[in-house]
Amino acid sequence: MLVFIVRRLGTMVLTMVVVSILLFLLLEINSAGVAIKVLGPYTSEEQRNLWLEANGYFRPIYIRYFSWLGNFIVGDFGDSIRFKVPVGEILWPRLASTGILGLAAMAVVIPLSLTLGVLAGMREGSNLDRVISVGSIVTTSIPEFASAVFLSTFFVFYLDILPGTSSMSDGFSFVQLILPAMVLIIYDFGYVTRMTRASMAEVMTTHYIRTAVLKGLPYKTVIMKHALRNALIAPFTVIMLQINWLLSGVIVVEFAFAYKGFGALLLEASLNQDLFMIEACAMVAVFVAVITQMIADIGYTYLNPRIRFA
Amino acid sequence: MFKSVALIRESIVGMVGLALIVFWVFVAVFADVIAPFPPNATIMPMALPGMEGPDGEVFWLGTDHIGRDILSRIIHGSRRVLIFAPLATFCAYAVGIPMGLAAGYRRGTTDDVLSFIANIILSFPVLVLYVIIIATLGASAINILVAVTFASAPGIFRIVRGLALDLRNREYVFAAETRGESPWRIMMIEILPNARGPLIVDACLRLGYVIITIGVLGFLGLGLPPPDPDWGGMINETRSMATSFPHMTIFPVIAISSLILGFNLLADGLREVSLRD
Repeated sequence: MLVFIVRRLGTMVLTMVVVSILLFLLLEINSAGVAIKVLGPYTSEEQRNLWLEANGYFRPIYIRYFSWLGNFIVGDFGDSIRFKVPVGEILWPRLASTGILGLAAMAVVIPLSLTLGVLAGMREGSNLDRVISVGSIVTTSIPEFASAVFLSTFFVFYLDILPGTSSMSDGFSFVQLILPAMVLIIYDFGYVTRMTRASMAEVMTTHYIRTAVLKGLPYKTVIMKHALRNALIAPFTVIMLQINWLLSGVIVVEFAFAYKGFGALLLEASLNQDLFMIEACAMVAVFVAVITQMIADIGYTYLNPRIRFA
Repeated sequence: MFKSVALIRESIVGMVGLALIVFWVFVAVFADVIAPFPPNATIMPMALPGMEGPDGEVFWLGTDHIGRDILSRIIHGSRRVLIFAPLATFCAYAVGIPMGLAAGYRRGTTDDVLSFIANIILSFPVLVLYVIIIATLGASAINILVAVTFASAPGIFRIVRGLALDLRNREYVFAAETRGESPWRIMMIEILPNARGPLIVDACLRLGYVIITIGVLGFLGLGLPPPDPDWGGMINETRSMATSFPHMTIFPVIAISSLILGFNLLADGLREVSLRD
């Protein structure tokens, strides 16, 4: 188990290193381009060269990469071109807002989709299963921007009970959190439900469940004690991997509702060519994705005794 | 699998999906005939659905902020989606399939290297990858194709690799090896056709995702440039007015959702009937 964790950690570090090289090459290989982005297009060649000299851009590329990486590791991402302050000052609060949004969504998605998935998978082919299965396909077919439009048309235009934007300019507001979270929930719960259903349906066909039913245990005991434990291993992984999806989802949702979070920040940075902000956001996104993948892998191994003791 | 493609008639869900797709293909093909107005003509701004224009013509779905008929734009917009999404998906498969076959059939170093690259790309949250690529390269049709291929090929690679790993141990592969066939011939002629079942289902699902992606990019303002109608772009252009004129955003949204739903339902139906036999 320990060897497995160490190896998994190694892969993670390697992935991060390769990603950082890719990002560095994509965004910083052309140092003249960097100078234009930082100083603006209306600067002279001389000014740019002075800036490049002062910031060590004339050193060999590998030295530049290592010093860039070193600064990154200690949390010095450089100054945002757009906001003229260190990237971290903007990035961390934004990431926290997105964390709140993601937690709010997950707090609903997990219990809802596990319950629906188990109910559907318990009796495969029943009417309840059909309704839940088709319902989950329909909700995952609606892209986030579409449900954002549907929901705001309904709740903001027709009913006029919820605010249409969630900029939270006067501090945290729960009401403004409802619509963005709802969009994430609608898009995400369908997938987790379908995975839980598949896992549950598979468990229900196994011999140990048949044995438990045939030896006359009450149906409730069979489900609660025998089926659930085995059926919930796969959904655990799916939920962890869902965080990767959530990072994509927040870009759309935060843009749609003007929510000041991480996704909107990445999008704005990309649109404004805010170089160091893009780098920091991308690295943070990949870091979160890689770490949740690792937790998913380790958790799966830990939860599944067939692998744990093998 | 071709049997199950024919069997799709037995799956209600699959048939509904197929009907939705056929409907949109029909609309796209006959767009010039069906659309009541030219898609980029500015006629009367801010007309509500059902309103009559200056010459007594009816805007069934209303017009947008600069007076273009929304119904006509949706009808013409279907062309863009139905050309770009299959094209992008095809490119992704053209890259993913050979790599997956090579990794699964040859194994060893080829597999290790390709799998590592695929895992790196897959560790990016998809949309983060799209936003960075498009923002760096600029929003154009070709860059969107490149971005979709880059982001989807690793997923296809994984599926093909898994299938090839399984199929390489079949007797017909050994027979071909004994006959002295070249590795690429074995991969393309012996392995790939036998992997088609899961790939067809995956292609349907992936088309749905690619349509979402193209829609999302349009919505974020990173999509195909105006003025030609693009469903995602239509939503982006009018969403600031959505709280007063919801018809401008809601109809393109319904159009794109129904097409994606069509592909997802068809994929589900295909999977159901292919499991049956």
